Amino acid sequence: MSTATTPKLKTSAMIASFADPGQKTASAPFGHALVKAAQENDKIVGLTADLGKYTDMHIFAQAFPERFFQMGMAEQLLFGAAAGLAETGLVPFASTYSVFAARRAYDFLCLDAAEPNLNVNIVGGLPGLTTGYGPSHQATEDMAIFRGMPNLTIVDPCDSLDIEQAVPQLAASEGPTYLRLLRGNVPTVLDEYDYTFELGKAKVLRGGRDVVFISSGLMTMRALQAAEALAAHHVDVAVVHAPTIKPFDTATVLAELNTDRLAVTLENHSVVGGLFETVASAVVTAGLGKRVVPVALPDEFLDAGALPTLHERYGLSVQRIVAKVLAELG
Amino acid sequence: MVSTQEITTRGKASDVEAERLARVEAAAYRIRHHALNMGEVQGQGYVGQALGAADMLAAVYADQLRFRADDPGWEDRDRFLLSTGHYAIGHYAALAEAGIIPVKELETYGSDDSRLPMSGMSTYTPGMEISGGSLGHGLSIAVGAALGLRYQGSGSRVYNFLSDGELDEGSTWEAAMGAHHHQLGNLTAMVDINALQADGKTDTVLRTEPVTEKWQAFGWYAQRVNGNDVGALLAAFDNAAAQAAAVGRPSVILCDTKVGRGVPLLEDREKAHFMRIEEHEWQLCREQLTAGFEGKAAR
Repeated sequence: MSTATTPKLKTSAMIASFADPGQKTASAPFGHALVKAAQENDKIVGLTADLGKYTDMHIFAQAFPERFFQMGMAEQLLFGAAAGLAETGLVPFASTYSVFAARRAYDFLCLDAAEPNLNVNIVGGLPGLTTGYGPSHQATEDMAIFRGMPNLTIVDPCDSLDIEQAVPQLAASEGPTYLRLLRGNVPTVLDEYDYTFELGKAKVLRGGRDVVFISSGLMTMRALQAAEALAAHHVDVAVVHAPTIKPFDTATVLAELNTDRLAVTLENHSVVGGLFETVASAVVTAGLGKRVVPVALPDEFLDAGALPTLHERYGLSVQRIVAKVLAELG
Repeated sequence: MVSTQEITTRGKASDVEAERLARVEAAAYRIRHHALNMGEVQGQGYVGQALGAADMLAAVYADQLRFRADDPGWEDRDRFLLSTGHYAIGHYAALAEAGIIPVKELETYGSDDSRLPMSGMSTYTPGMEISGGSLGHGLSIAVGAALGLRYQGSGSRVYNFLSDGELDEGSTWEAAMGAHHHQLGNLTAMVDINALQADGKTDTVLRTEPVTEKWQAFGWYAQRVNGNDVGALLAAFDNAAAQAAAVGRPSVILCDTKVGRGVPLLEDREKAHFMRIEEHEWQLCREQLTAGFEGKAAR
């Protein structure tokens, strides 16, 4: 077999960008936002568990070497030490991958930071399906794990603008927080809408008569793209971005759901325990009796592979979203 | 030839040391007495551990720790972090001895709506710095506290109390490495080695020895002492203090202690995580404790 006839293989990468070709992006928005926040608040410190370069924390470490603490590949120490730093009045931001934050060191975040309600801010890289490395690195259930933790605020930002605006608000808020980090070259999407990030608030990005999308994280970007694509099919889609998963802006979301429109949730997370179930429980609690269709990852350990392949396979791609909505509308 | 002046000075120094020793031993006696009273109200609890660790707690609160009894959150205080949450009974007794909580309140230990839950929590009790109990957390928090205090230019020291059972936890060793890496000379760990864990003797549950060599290998200044010998404890603390520096080696005092120490009835009883004490035995325990303390004081 000649090489000329061998198709080029799609390969997986640890850090894969989900930005579309030619899309506007910002580099390391978290790192730069943390530096900016730290210039205004001398209590902010940073720490990581041997993943500074991979969570954009290195930007902060370079700007404030005396305020950066390397904890080594020791996530329990990372969270315990973050709590200890907060006990002395500092405002730590501690970064690792979401899988390690949620699965490996849960007890330390829970008891050392959440129970005493300390201002400890956890920054988790590779949330949901943002790496092709397989289940060891895919934090498909991080929100499900963390939603049960009292006092913990959970933020699932869409883009660089969300991250830039969220960081100072997380620092200013009391109690522990968990930020689902998008790192590297992160798309800038929300600047084209009349939008600002407000901790604890969902925002309507666009109105629409036929369908309402409730989305968080990078899936808000896909929701907006899908809404554009569905317009070509004469389907008018509203998009509501709900980046704060906990505490959830039930009032805004329920007001948008309490219509005859097809309701769809979109999240970069397992269908178990994330945005869909947050919305579903709000709907049931309010007695709305409204059907909600989830676009989410399946309750499975996912394949390794190239990110575009996997997003298509598991239904997160624009194409799959459009097809699902059209099928629902019959 | 030694001058009269020198002899007088030495005499004064030894008087000061004798007074120091007597003060800490008396504090340890009262901590034990409080613990027995608390155990009697509750009818159970970790009395054996409290009796074993009383000398360590007395050395901390009556000699080492810088604090303000009327202002437990005083910014410049030294921090004492109880990692071993179920030792709260001993810690509450020490907090009462230190005047941070009223002695009268000790009788509420483990009761509904009490500020003194069975396992120590920072959100409940003045002077309780952390919520321990999920074992192996304290030293990691202590690393962060020591880093934070040093970064902010504070001269405060951080003391972390942990038990030999907590040496089973990997997190303890993550923190031990972190403290050495960051040269936390303002951190002192004290390990209660009572050789007893929930499921039995430590060497049958998970062998942790050689403990001293492990800490040394992790870069710590390690001393091993009889944790029920107040004089030895104070000497170890003095050695640790001589080593202390904002940037330097963290220090660990490994304290071999005896569960039930100070009450012969309990010292000789079969050791258990929850020590069994009959209703009629509490008064006998107190009498034995007092007789032992007064006998020692008389000598």
